[in-house]
Amino acid sequence: MNVSYRWLSEYIDLSGIAPQELAEMLTRGGIEIDNVPSRNQGVSKVVVGYVKTREKHPDADKLSVCTVDAGQAEELQIVCGAPNVAAGQKVPVALVGAKLPSGLDIKRAKLRGVESQGMICSARELGINEKLLPKEQQEGILVLPEDTQVGAEILDVLTLDDAVLELDLTPNRSDCLSMLGVAYETSALTGRPVKLPDPERELFKSADKTSDHVSVAVHAPELCSHYSARYIKGVKIGPSPLWMQNRLIAAGIRPISNIVDVTNYVMLEYGQPLHAFDAAKVAGGRIEVRLAREGETLETLDGQVRKLAPDMLVIADADKAIALAGVMGGANSEVSAATTDIILESAKFSGSSVRKTSRLLGLRSEASARFEKEVDPGRVVPALDRAAALMASLAGGHVAEGVAEALARKPEPAVIEITLGRINGMLGTSLSALEVQTLFARLEFGAESPEDGKWRVTVPTRRGDITRSVDLVEEVARLYGYDDIPTTPIEGPTTTGALTREQAIRRELRSVMTHAGLHEAISYSVTSPERAGLFAELSQEAKPIALAMPMSEERSVLRTVLLPSLLDAAAYNLTRKNNDVALFEIGSVYHTDEATLTRLPREKPRLALLLTGSLTPAGWNRKAEPADFYDAKGLLEAVFLRLGLADAVTYEPARPEGFHPGRTAAVLLQTERGPITIGYVGQLHPDLQRSFDLPDAFVAEIELEAVYGKADPRIEYRTLPRYPSVERDLAVVVDRDARGASLTEAIRKAAGELLESVSIFDVYTGERLGPDKKSVAVAMVYRHGDRTLTDEEVSEAHARVLAELEHSFGAELRK
Amino acid sequence: MKDRLEALRAEALDRLQTVEDAASLNDLRVHYLGKKGQLTEILRGMGALSAEERPIIGQVANDVRAAIEEVLARKQEAFDRAETARRLQAETLDVTLPGKAPAVGSLHPLTKVAQEIEDIFLGMGYTIAEGPEVETDYFNFEALNLPKNHPARDMQDSFYITDDILLRTHTSPVQIRTMQAMKGQTPVKVICPGKVYRRDDDDATHSFMFHQVEGLVVGPNIRMSDLKGTLLQFVREMYGSQMQIRLRPSFFPFTEPSAEVDVTCVKCGGRGCRMCKHTGWIEILGCGMIHPAVLEHGGYDPSEVTGFAFGMGIERIALLKYEIDDIRHFYANDLRFLSQFAKM
Repeated sequence: MNVSYRWLSEYIDLSGIAPQELAEMLTRGGIEIDNVPSRNQGVSKVVVGYVKTREKHPDADKLSVCTVDAGQAEELQIVCGAPNVAAGQKVPVALVGAKLPSGLDIKRAKLRGVESQGMICSARELGINEKLLPKEQQEGILVLPEDTQVGAEILDVLTLDDAVLELDLTPNRSDCLSMLGVAYETSALTGRPVKLPDPERELFKSADKTSDHVSVAVHAPELCSHYSARYIKGVKIGPSPLWMQNRLIAAGIRPISNIVDVTNYVMLEYGQPLHAFDAAKVAGGRIEVRLAREGETLETLDGQVRKLAPDMLVIADADKAIALAGVMGGANSEVSAATTDIILESAKFSGSSVRKTSRLLGLRSEASARFEKEVDPGRVVPALDRAAALMASLAGGHVAEGVAEALARKPEPAVIEITLGRINGMLGTSLSALEVQTLFARLEFGAESPEDGKWRVTVPTRRGDITRSVDLVEEVARLYGYDDIPTTPIEGPTTTGALTREQAIRRELRSVMTHAGLHEAISYSVTSPERAGLFAELSQEAKPIALAMPMSEERSVLRTVLLPSLLDAAAYNLTRKNNDVALFEIGSVYHTDEATLTRLPREKPRLALLLTGSLTPAGWNRKAEPADFYDAKGLLEAVFLRLGLADAVTYEPARPEGFHPGRTAAVLLQTERGPITIGYVGQLHPDLQRSFDLPDAFVAEIELEAVYGKADPRIEYRTLPRYPSVERDLAVVVDRDARGASLTEAIRKAAGELLESVSIFDVYTGERLGPDKKSVAVAMVYRHGDRTLTDEEVSEAHARVLAELEHSFGAELRK
Repeated sequence: MKDRLEALRAEALDRLQTVEDAASLNDLRVHYLGKKGQLTEILRGMGALSAEERPIIGQVANDVRAAIEEVLARKQEAFDRAETARRLQAETLDVTLPGKAPAVGSLHPLTKVAQEIEDIFLGMGYTIAEGPEVETDYFNFEALNLPKNHPARDMQDSFYITDDILLRTHTSPVQIRTMQAMKGQTPVKVICPGKVYRRDDDDATHSFMFHQVEGLVVGPNIRMSDLKGTLLQFVREMYGSQMQIRLRPSFFPFTEPSAEVDVTCVKCGGRGCRMCKHTGWIEILGCGMIHPAVLEHGGYDPSEVTGFAFGMGIERIALLKYEIDDIRHFYANDLRFLSQFAKM
């Protein structure tokens, strides 16, 4: 809603309050105003001139030479380039010394040899958006009405000496979609009274009865609680007066004709949308408010033929639909230059019905914007009368006596009970009853002195947003001033804040990853169906969950796996020459087995990571070490070590989709029900690598739910050993496919309790061993807790180990 | 025997004088004082001496040993010193060359900001509640006093999946879930961080996916003045003790009264700058007293308890804090961007 400051001052005295101050006051009261542009964009020394003569320029086809009476001492000679300039017009004339919004300074000049003492201006040159002008005025110079006074300042004539308050309204304050609403709000904030426009009812005394011309029947009273109409006879269609056009333009509405302008003007004034039908086109003078019929169509005023659905409310005459109720009129009953008699509609349509229709048809209008938010039922008839009076005075019509109407429910103001205790208790204030009473009075809410400590507050129908006592608390608070509400600490029992186990573990995971040199990524949770189909084992064949109306194909389904986002991020970085990529992400994937969701999907928290290039950068004294499978696996090992799961997690060769089949491990977590696969770590499959245009990349993705459950951060302290250990190394040649984990497991079993630790410290393959063999070197530490070990004991255990390796792996001791 | 000892001393001291390296010095030590050295050799003859002579010769022998040892020690010390000096000279490094730092990763700036906010509220006795990102219409709208066809639904166009299931448009559904889980107990003091989704064309200041943190407090006597006190404390812990807040009346369907909260401009300290459009204030929060209808949906009797709620966009806080020019940087995962947040 754009509010002209000068127009507003018709309804409330604004003297001493500058537009900016008013904007600040309204904003602090809850009606936000973003901008207060001046209507004068920089016009000075522009006056109204009368074009006495117009001759063709002797040396230029497209120029005219005019003599203009601009109320100056002498007539002016002005060269004009606009094709529409003509003798007898009243036009805006920029005098020598004038300034225009474009920055133009008007000087005496010669145009193709002819002297020009000023300039005749177009609307655009005066800083007026020409789209807001009547169609015939949009091109060329601005032609003013014939009765405009010569020599008058254009700023006065066009009321450019004005500012516009651009309201950014919240949905609850639709009462301020009207000049009167803003006036009431200003009144509440300033204490100055509101002056209502006078509908001049004496005009309506007539022998002609509305009921002789119009009848109204509402067939859907639940969607139209009140319909009223008046009949105006003998109007003469023409332009509306300049003052009205100026106000409409200031509000951002294009003037069209006196009748249409009046409906728009009163809509802006009262917030009540009105519609004028050409009475001659309303069959039988019959207005029926009903639901659209199956297959019914209507051509709306914008020239579109609309297919109507049976739950859309229409206005119909005896034969056909003539308007979409509350949204837009029909072309078949439109007011035209030939119109003489008007049926004027003012009604209250259900907000949700208008909203639904307007949404379904993709058709929004100033009217629908107001009806959607519920108009004031108390203004249906006052607005009708006001518009009828204006049509009579501005279009020469005769208003028939009486209103044709159908009223389902008489609007009653709400009465809400509230106590001083409730107000102060909710706000933390210590207002007195008198202070509160004064604030209610400023709002023009009826509130008698409290009886038994309670007010019964009568809320005018214009404030339909106020329905409960808390709404009154807010009114009191905002008028009293949010700044004046005290600042207090919460009273009551103290509470302790702490992270939940999941939250603490999540922070730990981030800590492990960032300390290992990885950067945290956050990517979109929606992706393309193609991305959601990658890594079948990780997406667990979940049905992708599609958005009903996606903004693009790339963001049309919820992600079922994290890794594709990291692949995209890696590709993005590589094209920007960030060749060493180490990223991780902690986030949810969304799984369901339903084709159409009937219940919420499972949101599974996961950790994913990706390495490509080198984790530690090359320097003057070290080479870049390209990341490999074991870096990725090592990161998981570090995670599980921190979470006390080092012994609960094992890795087994696996061949999940999207991973390199020879370089991938399933990650298994021991649970009460045996080991479960919680994810995979491995090298990206060369096919995917190619399609994402990546170098070798190493990735992992694991489920966190089971990890959260099993994590065991308890520390079990063991006393330090008091007896020395014995260290023995062993190098054996085994088959190339013998698994390291199996070797160490066999060693542990064979060596028994004396073995403290075993670790592989070298793996070697080479020609001397043959293509199918490898050498594995193992370091073992033996120790007894209560005494020093003898050589024999160690040798015995060591011999058992060797025997076991020979037996189970065909190992040969390497010499 | 005494003469032999004296001669040994003279010879030893003489030879020691000319020694020039630690190895030769050690050879001489062994030669004269070793187990099979000259001194031991001479002392073997002690047995043949009389009881009177023995202590005298013994004394001479000790003197000779001490004299030789003293020179040996002095020489050794000199060689050690020279050796250390040589080593120090040889081992000098260019300490201005870069060290071998371990790789340093980084938390995402949104995580950093969220954790900072979380830590402030943890310190104020709040716990952290989380809820699903895919929500039902009931939790996302209806229970928050936004019935179907409510005009306020326009404020946040949503991504629906079915007629009844959508991507949550705010973290507020967690409020309802938390209240329902509390089964009427008080006090409730939680914050709810998480991802939210709105149909918005992405540009420098809008993203269809972003992050919010909401706060919720419910108790028998919670007042709007407590809300102001809480927000002022939060803002001061977040940005410094000089910060002020300013509440402006606003509208949210789930709170009444509602307010938008401005804080002292973090860039100019309130003097006015481009960032705050020369007002000295920056809007960062929405808040209000929980609407009675919302309390009812949460299982509380609005005549018995009151509460407040507040919410903020984490991106907005981060954009302001780091003066980042484009919200889309948060989701591109460009390492040149991410690695700038490696500091504590």
